[in-house]
Amino acid sequence: MAYKREDGRKNTELRPMSAQVGVIPNADGSARFQIGHTIAIAAVYGPRELHPQFLQDPMKGVLRCNYNMMAFSGSGDRVRPGPSRRSKEISLIMEKSLLPVLDLSKYAGSVVDVFVELLQTDAGTRCAAITAASMALADAGIPMKDLVTAVACGRVEDQLIVDVDYLEDSHEGGVDLPMAMSMNSDEITLLQMDGVLDSKSLKKLLEMGKEACLTIKKVQLDALKKKYGTGVVEV
Amino acid sequence: MSGLLVEDRNIVFPGDIVAQGMDYLPSGDIVRIGDSLISTKIGLISLNNRIVKLIPLTGPYLPKRHDTVIGCVVSIGMSGWRLDIRWPFEANLGLAEGSSEFIQRNSDLSRYYGVGDYVRVEITNVASSRIIDLSAKGPGLGKLGSGRVFFVKATRVPRIIGKQGSMVGLIKEHTGCRISVGQNGVVWLSGEDPVKEELAVRAIRMIEREGHISGLTDRVQEFLKKETKI
Repeated sequence: MAYKREDGRKNTELRPMSAQVGVIPNADGSARFQIGHTIAIAAVYGPRELHPQFLQDPMKGVLRCNYNMMAFSGSGDRVRPGPSRRSKEISLIMEKSLLPVLDLSKYAGSVVDVFVELLQTDAGTRCAAITAASMALADAGIPMKDLVTAVACGRVEDQLIVDVDYLEDSHEGGVDLPMAMSMNSDEITLLQMDGVLDSKSLKKLLEMGKEACLTIKKVQLDALKKKYGTGVVEV
Repeated sequence: MSGLLVEDRNIVFPGDIVAQGMDYLPSGDIVRIGDSLISTKIGLISLNNRIVKLIPLTGPYLPKRHDTVIGCVVSIGMSGWRLDIRWPFEANLGLAEGSSEFIQRNSDLSRYYGVGDYVRVEITNVASSRIIDLSAKGPGLGKLGSGRVFFVKATRVPRIIGKQGSMVGLIKEHTGCRISVGQNGVVWLSGEDPVKEELAVRAIRMIEREGHISGLTDRVQEFLKKETKI
C-alpha cells in the first residue's frame, strides 16, 4: 500500500502558513513565519560597523546570520543553548542562500546582522528561517533584487512530498531536500540533501519545490502588503 | 509583455517587475536585469517621463553631499570632532568647518562641542563609506541646545518636513515647539511645555507610521486640533 501522510495532506500540499512583518519594533526589520508547527522569528539590525575589523570587506557590506533554536522549541529534550555544529552550519547556509539576491555594495566595511530564533520546531526550520529572514531584510530596506523563498521537499518510501514535517523527516530511508529559490530569476540559492535519490526523482522534486515556493512567496508578499499597503497612493 | 507594468505612486516590493523592455530607464532603487526593471526595495513608484524611480518606504540612511543632518559628538581629537550621524562609520567635523568663528589651534575644542552634544551639520563630502566630511558653518547649522532627541525612519523625513516645510510648520504652530529634523532621521525638539513637546513627538510618530497613506496633512491637522483643545 502506498505511503499516506500522517496529517492527511496531499503530496504537493504545504502545511498551513502565516506570516507577519514588523514584529520587533526595536529592530530595523523583522518578520515571523510559521509553517505548520515550525515558527521562526527574524530580526535585522544594520548596516552597522563590523568588529573585529579584519572581517570587514572594503568593497561591500557583509551579511552575518545567526540561527538559533530556543531551549524549549523541540518536542523532546531541552535544546542546549549556544552555538552548535548544526546551528553554525545553518547560519552559514542562510548567508549563502540570501547573498545572491542582496546588494550590499553601498555599505562597504559594515555588517548587516540577521538573527533568527526558532520558537517551535517541526522540521523545515532552515527553510522557515530563510523565508522569515528574507521578509525581515525587505522590511529593513536592504536592497535586494528578489525575495528568497525556501521549502523542504523529500521522499518517504516511494512518495515524493513537499514541506516535510518531523515524522516524515525522521522516517527510515527517507530523503530530505531543503531548497531556497529566487523566483524571478529561477535561481536555486540553496540545495541540500540527506539520503539517496535518483536523478528523475530529483528533477521531479525540484519542480514540486518550485511550485511550493511560488505559494510561499505569495504568503511573504501578503505579509509585506499588510504592513505597507498596496495599490496606488495619493501623496 | 512590454512597457510599464505599474502605475505612478504604486507600492512595489523587492523583486517586483516594474517595466519590461527598453522603453523605460531605471533610477534610484530600480535596477535593470536583462529586459526587466526590478524594484529592490519596498517603495512608491515615481514616474518622470521615461524614468522610473522608487521612493523607498523603509531603509537605512545613506549619506549624500549637501544633506543636512543632526549628529552626536562621540569624540574630540586634535583637529576636530567625530560625529555619529546614524551611519555605520563616524563622520568628521574639522576644525576649520566647526564654527563660523576662528578656532585657534590647540584650543579646548570641548568649549565648542562636547561629547554627547547634538550638532546640526551639512555633509560637504562623501569620499567613501568611511570618509564623510561635515560642516557646521552656515545658516541654521551649529549646536542644538537642550531639548529632546529621538529617531525616526530616514525615509520618512521628507514627509515629516512636508512641501517647503509645511508639515513641520503645522506641528510648530500647534505646539509652539522648536523642531529640527535631520535628513538622517534624527529629530530634535524643544518647547516650553512638556505636554506640548509630547504632543509634537506623537504627531511626528504618526507621520512616520502613516506617511504613505493619503490625506496625511488633514489627519495630522485634525489630530493636533483635537489634542490642543483638551
